[in-house]
Amino acid sequence: METVLAFVIGGLYAAGVFLMLRRALARVVLGIAILTNATNLLIFTAAGLTRGEPAFIDEGETLLSEPYGDPLPQALVLTAIVIGFGVLAFAMVLIYRAYRSVGSEDSDHMTTTEFEDGER
Amino acid sequence: MTSSTILKTTSLLLVTLFLIFSFFLLWRGHDEPGGGFAGGLVASSAFALYTIAFGAVGARQNLVIDSRLLIGVGMALAAISGIPSLLLGDAFATGRWADVEIADREIHIGTPLLFDIGVYLAVLGVVVTIVFALAEEED
Amino acid sequence: MDDALLILPMLVPLLFACLAIAVLRWRHVQAALTILNAAILIGLGIALMVVVWDERVIVTQVADWPAPFGITLVADLFSAIMVLLAAIVGFSAAIYSAATIDDRRALYGYYPLFNILLMGVMGAFLTGDLFNLYVWFEVLLISSFVLLGLGGTRAQMEGAIKYVVLNLLSSIIFLTGVGLVYGMAGTLNMADLAVRLRDVEDEGLVLVVSMLFLVAFGVKAAVFPVFSWLPASYHTPPVAVSALFAGLLTKVGVYALIRVFSLLFAEDQAHVQDVLIWVAGFTMVTGVLGAAAQNEFRRILSFHIVSQIGYMVMGLAFFTPLGYAAAIYFVAHNMFAKTGLFIVSGLSHRLLGSFELKKLGGLAKHSPEVTLLFFLCAFSLAGLPPLAGFFGKFALARAGFEAEHYIIVGVSLAVGLFTMYSMTKIWAEAFWKPYPAELPGDFQVRRRQPGMLVMTIPAVIFAALGVAMGVAAGPVFELLERAGEQLADPSGYIAAVLGGEPE
Repeated sequence: METVLAFVIGGLYAAGVFLMLRRALARVVLGIAILTNATNLLIFTAAGLTRGEPAFIDEGETLLSEPYGDPLPQALVLTAIVIGFGVLAFAMVLIYRAYRSVGSEDSDHMTTTEFEDGER
Repeated sequence: MTSSTILKTTSLLLVTLFLIFSFFLLWRGHDEPGGGFAGGLVASSAFALYTIAFGAVGARQNLVIDSRLLIGVGMALAAISGIPSLLLGDAFATGRWADVEIADREIHIGTPLLFDIGVYLAVLGVVVTIVFALAEEED
Repeated sequence: MDDALLILPMLVPLLFACLAIAVLRWRHVQAALTILNAAILIGLGIALMVVVWDERVIVTQVADWPAPFGITLVADLFSAIMVLLAAIVGFSAAIYSAATIDDRRALYGYYPLFNILLMGVMGAFLTGDLFNLYVWFEVLLISSFVLLGLGGTRAQMEGAIKYVVLNLLSSIIFLTGVGLVYGMAGTLNMADLAVRLRDVEDEGLVLVVSMLFLVAFGVKAAVFPVFSWLPASYHTPPVAVSALFAGLLTKVGVYALIRVFSLLFAEDQAHVQDVLIWVAGFTMVTGVLGAAAQNEFRRILSFHIVSQIGYMVMGLAFFTPLGYAAAIYFVAHNMFAKTGLFIVSGLSHRLLGSFELKKLGGLAKHSPEVTLLFFLCAFSLAGLPPLAGFFGKFALARAGFEAEHYIIVGVSLAVGLFTMYSMTKIWAEAFWKPYPAELPGDFQVRRRQPGMLVMTIPAVIFAALGVAMGVAAGPVFELLERAGEQLADPSGYIAAVLGGEPE
């Protein structure tokens, strides 16, 4: 299972990086979204996969009984998903606003700040 | 923005259900699946539905207080919930619990519940602010 | 007591942010709250300094979950110094904001976000947990995104896009590193990691992960070759935001680099050292050359931030107590001088209405006070004795000689000359050249406006601190060397977090 996921994660990273290298900003943002999710999957996989064993303490016990899935990476991924969601929402609005003020979503047209007095 | 009578009628029912369900999630949150975040999202989907059916102006009125203020209140509640333990000499945000008797029923409440309520309000405030802004952009 | 002292630097800004949201309509109340918040943070910073003064490391376990299971907050000398410095920058930027931020930005949440940004910075300095560090980074980044874009002019949008995309990428790389570290060591508590990463068998993997952190924090600190977001964005927002960012954001990246490489990856310093020295050298050179090609006040300063980051990385790269001490001294000096310079650029813009050097001029004749402030900040940056920058470079050179890295020392001294060149360019163009057109009729009126006076206060604070750091370089260095010793030998830090005696 780890091997399969490793390839999936690799594929997602490749796709994300490819999209981020495009000039169209919508694709860049999609690339960020894919990379974020690939990273979440990576945390999950790197921390070790346990099938179908939630980390609940049984009735009457005081300790977890083996085997159990590590709850920490789940918490990390959950936090990362929420942060990623917020950031993605912001990035969407940002490119929309940039599109409105520049009139294009091609990053090549967003170079007025690189030149003095907005030449070009 | 116009929408169908069917949507308007059903959404009134659904909004009520959503809100009740969100309170339920919030209440059971600390020891069982649920919590302030999930509850807040369910509650904000209720307001989102209302916005789709009746428009942002009506939804704003029904929220009573400014959605941005809701974010502030929520964050403040969540932050304040950690202070009691600090005053009692423990580390910040250590859970403090008490069993309170209300109408012959013992209820187990504590500072984590306050934290969850704060999260609930903050999430509701954030999502609703976004929904209103998007809805008003369309109008 | 320790518990409260470690949590309050985050709690206070959060509560003040909530208060500021409640009074969104009243700009001046918001500004006053923000200034009060920063003043309290300065007090907390001083209190932290007092507590950790004799090399005590204070620790609190949030919600009483013992390390390494919960989130740990830690303060050693380095953290406490950074908290105090950040609070001073925040305080001054808040004063400057009070005079310059308009109603519209205030209504859209400038001040709440300002406070949240401070909370994120404080959290990053005080946390002892790697994932928590990621969270604080996101807190400060998201608020900085909005501060940068608030106002929505075309230039701001363009700058914000570059800033946001590259910083998000670095966050993703950081998170990838966190995931791999957890897979290797099964913990994210930094003290615990410092112990456990020594026992990881696959040294190659540890090196790879350390490089992931180098890239991730490198983007945030704006080192070569991943600095391009900084000069593309820092000159676009209002000066108050530029000044705040210049003083805080890259320094958090530098802090994270120093913390991670002195604590977590302390075993394999030989490999990392070469990379860091190359990075430091190229960062200095490209930054200063980039600045030489610019003719806009804030763009020159932006490129100089990059160049100065190179010096800080150089201090880290020696991995000696003196190197750390010099790096921290440089961080402090740079926070003061650079934020001060951005504020001076704002003052000259207020007086003459432009950031372009060719449209500026005559300030030495017409506004001696701004000229003096620029002189103190700029020539401190260029390394003129007895100002702070001189001692920073001197200490770095000494650390370099002791560690026998002569080439990088030579590079750093040569870069110092180029820095002098850029500063002299602004000095000659904006201050000594006669003003190219008719002086605006209300120039003298503008000069004496109360707003202008308020705007000058933070620049005075920074210039004075720069001078003070130069004059008191001896005692300051004594303190910083102790902080450096603590970083070079983290056993006290580890013992404080995990309990038990130092090894």
